Formats: sequence, C-alpha cells, structure tokens
Amino acid sequence: MDFLTLIQILDSAVRLATPLLLACLAGLFSERGGIFDIGLEGKMLAAAMLSASVAAVTGNVWLGMFAGVGISILLALLHGLASITFRGDQLISGVAINFLAAGLTVVIGQSWFGLGGRTPSLMGEGRFKSLEWPLTETLEGIPIAGPLYSELISGHTFLVYVALLAVPASWFILFRTRFGLRLRAVGENPAAVDTAGISVVRLRYAAVAICGVLCGLAGVYLATGLAAGFVKDMTAGRGFIALAALIFAKWRPWHAMGACMLFGVLEALSNRYQSIEAPTYIIVAILIVMAAGLVWSSRKSLLDLAVLGGVAFLLVTVGTVSLFSSGLFGQTAIPGQFIQALPYILTVVILAGFVGKATPPRAGGEPYVKER
Amino acid sequence: MQDAPQLGRQNTAAPAIELRGISKAFGPVQANKDISISVERGAIHGIVGENGAGKSTLMSILYGFYKADAGEIFIGGERTAIPDSQAAISAGIGMVHQHFKLVENFTVLENVVLGAEDGALLRPSLAKARKLLTELAKEYELNVDPDALIENLSVGHQQRVEILKALYRHADILILDEPTGVLTPAEADHLFRILRNLKNEGKTIILITHKLREIMDVTDTVSVMRRGEMKGTIKTADTSPEDLAERMVGRKVLLQVDKTPAKPGKSVLEVKDLRVTDSKGVVRLKGISFDVRAGEILGIAGVSGNGQSELLEVLGGFETATGDIHINGHPIDLTGKFSDGQSRRAQGIAHVPEDRQREGLIMDFMAWENIAFGYHNDPAYNKNVLLMDNAAIRADTEGKMERFDVRPPNPRLQAKNFSGGNQQKIVLAREIERNPDLLLVGQPTRGVDIGAIEFIHQQIVALRDQGKAILLVSVELEEIMSLSDRIAVMFDGQIMGERLPGETDEKELGLLMAGMNGKAA
Repeated sequence: MDFLTLIQILDSAVRLATPLLLACLAGLFSERGGIFDIGLEGKMLAAAMLSASVAAVTGNVWLGMFAGVGISILLALLHGLASITFRGDQLISGVAINFLAAGLTVVIGQSWFGLGGRTPSLMGEGRFKSLEWPLTETLEGIPIAGPLYSELISGHTFLVYVALLAVPASWFILFRTRFGLRLRAVGENPAAVDTAGISVVRLRYAAVAICGVLCGLAGVYLATGLAAGFVKDMTAGRGFIALAALIFAKWRPWHAMGACMLFGVLEALSNRYQSIEAPTYIIVAILIVMAAGLVWSSRKSLLDLAVLGGVAFLLVTVGTVSLFSSGLFGQTAIPGQFIQALPYILTVVILAGFVGKATPPRAGGEPYVKER
Repeated sequence: MQDAPQLGRQNTAAPAIELRGISKAFGPVQANKDISISVERGAIHGIVGENGAGKSTLMSILYGFYKADAGEIFIGGERTAIPDSQAAISAGIGMVHQHFKLVENFTVLENVVLGAEDGALLRPSLAKARKLLTELAKEYELNVDPDALIENLSVGHQQRVEILKALYRHADILILDEPTGVLTPAEADHLFRILRNLKNEGKTIILITHKLREIMDVTDTVSVMRRGEMKGTIKTADTSPEDLAERMVGRKVLLQVDKTPAKPGKSVLEVKDLRVTDSKGVVRLKGISFDVRAGEILGIAGVSGNGQSELLEVLGGFETATGDIHINGHPIDLTGKFSDGQSRRAQGIAHVPEDRQREGLIMDFMAWENIAFGYHNDPAYNKNVLLMDNAAIRADTEGKMERFDVRPPNPRLQAKNFSGGNQQKIVLAREIERNPDLLLVGQPTRGVDIGAIEFIHQQIVALRDQGKAILLVSVELEEIMSLSDRIAVMFDGQIMGERLPGETDEKELGLLMAGMNGKAA
C-alpha cells in the first residue's frame, strides 16, 4: 500500500465518517439531556429523502438542506412530544419513527417521482460541491504534505467541515457554557434541575431539537453530498452505528469523532478492496486470539458464553478450513463480504461491552415525574 | 458577588413566613386542610407529624413544587405568589430535600452554580462561587472541597452542599426536610451547630422531622400536624416529647419499648469471617464474625452504606460471599446452588428486607399475592401441581391482616395503596407467621408512622420471647438502643465493637459508627 493509496483511503474515510459523526453528535446531545434516541436512523432517512426531493425539484441544494433539516427537527419534536410531554417509552417512540421513515420515504418517493422509491439523480446545483481550498494545485507537488493538503484536507463538501467543526463546538457548549451544564444535569438528575428552578421540559426539548438539526444534516449529507440522490434504505444502519459509536465514545464529543473515524476507515477499506489476501498463519492467529477473547470475556455469564462461544467456534472453524485449504504459509483471501461486515461486527462487539464499562447519563430513558 | 440579601425589602417586624388557609387535595385525598402557620424571623421552627400528615406537601407548596388549591402565602409581611421554584428562590426561600437534589458526577462547584449562573459562560460563575464558598466555609463551619465530585462525598458533606446551594442563592429562609435521617450523631450535632450559626446571622430555619429529640434540642417553636391539619404551634420550652407524640398521633403513645430482659438460649446463627466483594470490585464486608442466640435481638447499628445491606443480602440469599455461616449448626451455602432465598427459608430464615417497596413487595400486586411470595410452593396455597389455591391464600391473608392490624383489611387492595406502616405489617405478617428460627429485619420502621412503630416493635419482641433469634439492622440509633439485647456497630464493612444497651450510650455508639474505636476516644 503506497502513500497515495493511504491518503485516498483516509480521504474516503473522512467522507464516510461524516454522516456518522453528525448523527453521533445528534445522539450525544439528546442522550446527555436524558432522552435516548434510537430514531436517529429514521430521522436521517427522512432528511435524506426530503432533501434529495427538494433539491431535485428546485435544483437548489440549500433549499434541499433546509427541507431535510426541517423534517428531521419535526420528527425529533415528535419524539420529544411522546417522551417528554406524554412521558412515553423512549425506545418505542424511536422505533416507531424508524418504521415510519423507512416506509414513508419509499411510498412518497414512488408517488412523487415514480422511480421505485428513488429520487431523480442530482446534478449541478442540486448537490453540494467540493470546496477546493486555496493553493491546492500549487502545493500538490510537495511530497507528503502536498497530497495530504490537497487530497485529505481540501476538496470536501461544506457539510464535512461542518461536522468536523461541530466536534469542538459540542465540547465547548457541553463543558464550558451554562446551557451545557444544565443539559448535562438534566440527563443526570432532572430533579436537581427542577429544584434549581429551571424547566426540565424546556431543556429536554432543546436537546432533542439540536439532535434533530444534526441528524438532519447527516441525512442531507448522505443524499446530496456523499451520493447524488436518495435510494431506498440508503442510511443502511448508520443511525445504529452512530449509537454504537456514541457508547464507544462514552458520550464525549472528541471520543465520538475518534469512534466515527474508526468506522469510516473500516467502511472505506471495504469499499476499496473486494477481498484482501494475507498469509494464512496471520489470519489463523488473529482468529484464535479473537475466539479466545470472546470466550474469556463471557466467562461470567452462561448466556454470554453460549452466544459468544458459538461465534468463537465459528471463527475457529473458519481458521481450520483456511488452514487446510491453503497450508500454514499459503495465502488466504479474506472475502469482501467479511470486510463489508466489519463495521457491523465492530458495532456488535462494542455493544456487547468489550470496551470497558460505559455508563450512560443516569436519568437517560426515564421520563421526569415531579415528586416531593 | 451580586448585591447582598436585601433585608430592607421586608418589614422586619412581620413574621418571616405566614401561611393563611392553605388547602391542597390530591384526588380524593386532602393532604392539607386550611392550614395557617406563622414563622418568626430568626427562629428555628420545627414541624412534626406522622408520615402522611402533610408536612412535606405544605413545604412543597411553599417551595413552588405544588400549587395550593386555596390560601395565601406572606413572605416578610408581603403577599407573595409562588408558582414555581424559581419564584420561591427569588423570595429568599431555600430547601434541603430529604433526598438530596445533587448531580452525582458534578463537582461541588458545578452543583452550587447550577441554575444560578451569572452568564452564558461558566468560568466566571465558577470562580465567583469558589470565592463565596471559602467565605461561607469560614463563617458557618460549612467546609467542603469545592472540586470534589458529589459521589465521592459522605452524605454529611453532600448535605452541606445543599445548604451552600441555598446560601449561594441568598436564601433568608431555609427549609430542611428530615435532615438527620442519614447522619451519624456527630454529623447531626455538626449540622445543628451550623443551623444555630445561621440563626444567629438572622436566617429563619424550618426543620421538618419525626425525631422528637431533635425538636426538643434545637427548635424555638414547634408546629404539630396530623392528617393534613395543623394542630397548633407551641414554644418548645413548654412541651415534652411525650406531649408532642400525643398531639401527633391523637392518643397516648408508648415511646419506650416495653420488654423484659432477654433469656438467650443456644446459638442459632453463627457467622465467621464473612467477606463480600461487589460487582465493581469494592470490598463491602471485610471479614465479620458474630453470633445470634435464640431468644435475643442482636441490633446492628451503623450509618447506612457501611455493609449492613450486604450482610442482610448474604443472609437472605441474594448476594454471594466467602466465609462460614451456620444456622442451628448446619452450614449455609454461600455461593452455590443453594444460595438463594428459597433455600434460606427452608433452613428457617425469614427476611424482612430493608427496602420493602423494592425487595419486600411488588407494589402493583394485591396484598394476597404479596402474602404468597416466597411461600408459593406451600401445599396450603396450592390445589395441585398446576393450580394455585387463590381462595385459600386470600383467606389466609385475611387472617394475617386481622392479626397484624393491617388497615384497610382488604386482601384485594394493591400493595401501593397501603400506607408505609401497613405495607410493613404485611411483610412482617408474611415472614413472622412462618415461625422462623431466625428473623432478619432491616429498617423495620423506616417511613412508618409512630402508632405503627409501636405495634411493629411489639411484634418483634413477641417473636423474641417465643425463643427465636432476631437480627435487627437499623440506622435509627434510638430503635437499636431500645429494641436490642446486644448491639454490634458496623463501619466500613467491619464490626467496630459489641456493646450491651445498658452499658453504653449514644455518644459511644456514635463514635463507633464514625469508625473511631470506642473507649479510648
């Protein structure tokens, strides 16, 4: 792998990490405020669909963006209405939004455009353009720094930079401002906020509204920045991966960026390589370590052992098969499907708690009921 | 600092707080009935009453948590509307709730400024609070490390943070709801010193408590509430604990437990070198040993969180441990297949858990269903292998309710619809009537009204007199002193010492509870 390939993979990783990062920060604001939001996926999907439609019809991507963010805020407020005002179950409301978005985007898309749920491909002003930074061509010739600047730093769309700037901004808002202090407090102990004379309801609505904006941007970027139009289920579980990244990051903005970049790199790798060849003994060694790790970490619970032991057994079988087919020092091809599944496998591993104990905001998921 | 508290805005001759004709109903329940009360400026004013007498509701109205159906509030002689907590705070009222309203993983500073920040950015507010905290610490003995996380502070210190919060908001009137429930005697004394300091600075303090001794010690005047009504305000100097108890309950009450000396028999429970490490790796019990004999009550004293809960959990069969426990000479399985509640019951252990609403009862289930819990395999409760005999359980429940004076005696009422005292009687009836060799009792009278406390204590002593062994865990030192035949004090997962109730006093026990070893101190 030469340097340029590395740069290109990283470049693609940044693009792919952007929707994850925006969605992850969206979830961060919502959950720090005590509202669990499993409906990130649905909001992204709805925003992607509406922004692509509006951009296709008007030819103006900015109008598309406003429409996409708008629908996402609306859905976020719907979630707020169910879980804050009516004190409903936050998981159920989130799941409902996901179903709603998954179905309606296709049905409405078909009814508007008749393209089987797709929106027309976006061209020209209907998409976000890459922003070329000054001096890219002049600097391109410089070794290492040149391609780093012109490929990796320059040449992304507006929303990529928004996502990257949202990280320090989120950190500052959460940990250095009055609003952030109150938001974190309302996710930890709403009664403390209430007795301090601040409205729990208003704070939590603010949290879900911010979540709506960021989630909307994630969806808009998918349809008008990363791709050129909406296709059915184009979020492909990114809303859930963002939630996994959020847990991985333990609800902290900078760590969220790291986690999302990791997912971005994995996705970029799987996009670039259909299959990877590696010496069999390395693959077998990795598989054995993974299997041992799974069994070790599940030693305390019989149920975990049953499930993860099964996975470990599979891994060992795969290792044995490749050993017999190619010999210890031969080459084995890792199938492309496996690499494509890597982000999802990582999600499962993270959610199963292999990254240390992640403590969510203490009042998360619980509606606030005033009591003496 | 912002401008100093404006005493000038109020008429100094007028009472600090005057409530006139306050009424509040929750559905059919009249929590407050036409309550009028006047609190003098610069006084410590106690409010006593049984659970459900309406003290907390009244204070919640004053703090803007609830809106009164009728009545008026006067602060410093001026009629004031208090629609929310913000209004109460700006009227100079601060409240220290029974369950602290602190954000556990925030620092002391962050908790103090929360909701009272000066601007959109935090830094200036935090700096200002730090300065003020140092001043207050000097002035009122309110020392706390401003950068400590709340979760790392002792409850006594957490309570100081609550007081600091109120003072930071320029409170002239401080309401404390059951402030000593979680404190050691020494911590409580410190709190009372703080309160007297505050009083000397001209602050008005309202103290809600059910501990009559505290009322006598620290208040200037006291108001008694019963069943939502105000039964009068008296000068503390003119009353006595017996008098107050009678006013609270409406009849004469026995404050002392009436019991004969114990006649201890053979050893029933023997615990040797018991150790517990919890799921986070924290050592909760550090090798404790003791025994309980037939016909005696061993009281375990200590501030909550020093391992008493874990001890009860191990004995009750829902926590694993290492060490040796024998009951009637037979070993108990601490980790394996037989370390569960079912096996414990089979070995003659009955358990009245500390938290009856979480561990003792299922609140949404009816009384008769709760009576069957843990004993659902009893042949008397079952028709055959498949079907339970619900009618038999209900009939049995009716008998138990009558014998234990549960009111209302309706087996079909959900557990949550009984008062705290009656819920506790249901649990006690279920466990005591199984005739266990050993009864584990945790916090038997927490949240129970005085009338019911008397009854519960009598039942426990009666069981002892039948020659049963009783292990009593309570954070109420008075309860331990009056019920126990022997007292062991726990601190930090260890037993600090054993004393006989006749040969010790609250002061000595208080030192043991704080981890200081007995006689030398």
